Amino acid sequence: MYFRFITSLMLLLFAASAKRVEDFFLYIFFSFRMLATRALSLVSKRVISTSICVRGGHGVAKVDDYALPSYFDRRENPLPDVRFVTDLSPVQKSLKEKEKGSWATLSNDEKIALYRISFKKSFAEMNKGSNEWKSVVAGMLFFIGVTGLVVLWQRKFVYGPVPPTFETEWKEKELQRMLDMRINPVEGISAKWDYENKEWKK
Amino acid sequence: MSYSKMSLAKPVMRGLLGKRLRFHLPIAFALSLMAAAAFKFGVTEPRKRAYADFYKNYDATKEFNNMREAGIFESVRPTGK
Repeated sequence: MYFRFITSLMLLLFAASAKRVEDFFLYIFFSFRMLATRALSLVSKRVISTSICVRGGHGVAKVDDYALPSYFDRRENPLPDVRFVTDLSPVQKSLKEKEKGSWATLSNDEKIALYRISFKKSFAEMNKGSNEWKSVVAGMLFFIGVTGLVVLWQRKFVYGPVPPTFETEWKEKELQRMLDMRINPVEGISAKWDYENKEWKK
Repeated sequence: MSYSKMSLAKPVMRGLLGKRLRFHLPIAFALSLMAAAAFKFGVTEPRKRAYADFYKNYDATKEFNNMREAGIFESVRPTGK
């Protein structure tokens, strides 16, 4: 029990190092997949959904679809745990039977059909870029604009007056005091003031 | 043999990291050194010179008296008072 707690904690720490959000969930997902398949390794994957594992003298709950391994197209996981098409049509079933024989007898179209049974997108299709980024940037700019309107409204209707220290006369006195104190005399503000002629240096 | 050859060239399987490093490391080192040199000659050297020039003819007593006359000190008031 402690072992399970420690392994899940280490998994979480490792997953926290993921650079992409999808990778974070992938690490979590893979670990559970490994734990589940190791636990049911005696039963073949195809039979998981219908078998009844008797453990400890009790029956077991029906395994729901969402609890089984799912199919996904990822460059990093080229061979997913399940086939894409789970319910084969009669044509596909007969093709699968033919696959058990010599592959030399398969035509090119049949090979492609078998590929499409097991996989949804090819690598070229899944790696292809899209124009989604334009919508994302457009949405970002739109909401930044809305935020700007909100800020303007706030300035007019929510905030009270600004302190007296922002008035021009006050600021002038502040600056004069800073120059008197020789603030930043080497490279900063007092270095730019000409003390002889009482004006800014040219 | 009832199929025609419709395959792509086998992709490069090995030495990928080495190839990447051989390409990127010299560039990385060169850019870093350039950045360091630019900072040294653009920022630190002028700053050192500015400080040296400031203190070359710096008269602390004169500056103190000017500040005193401006009235910013609390321990010594301007000479008029």
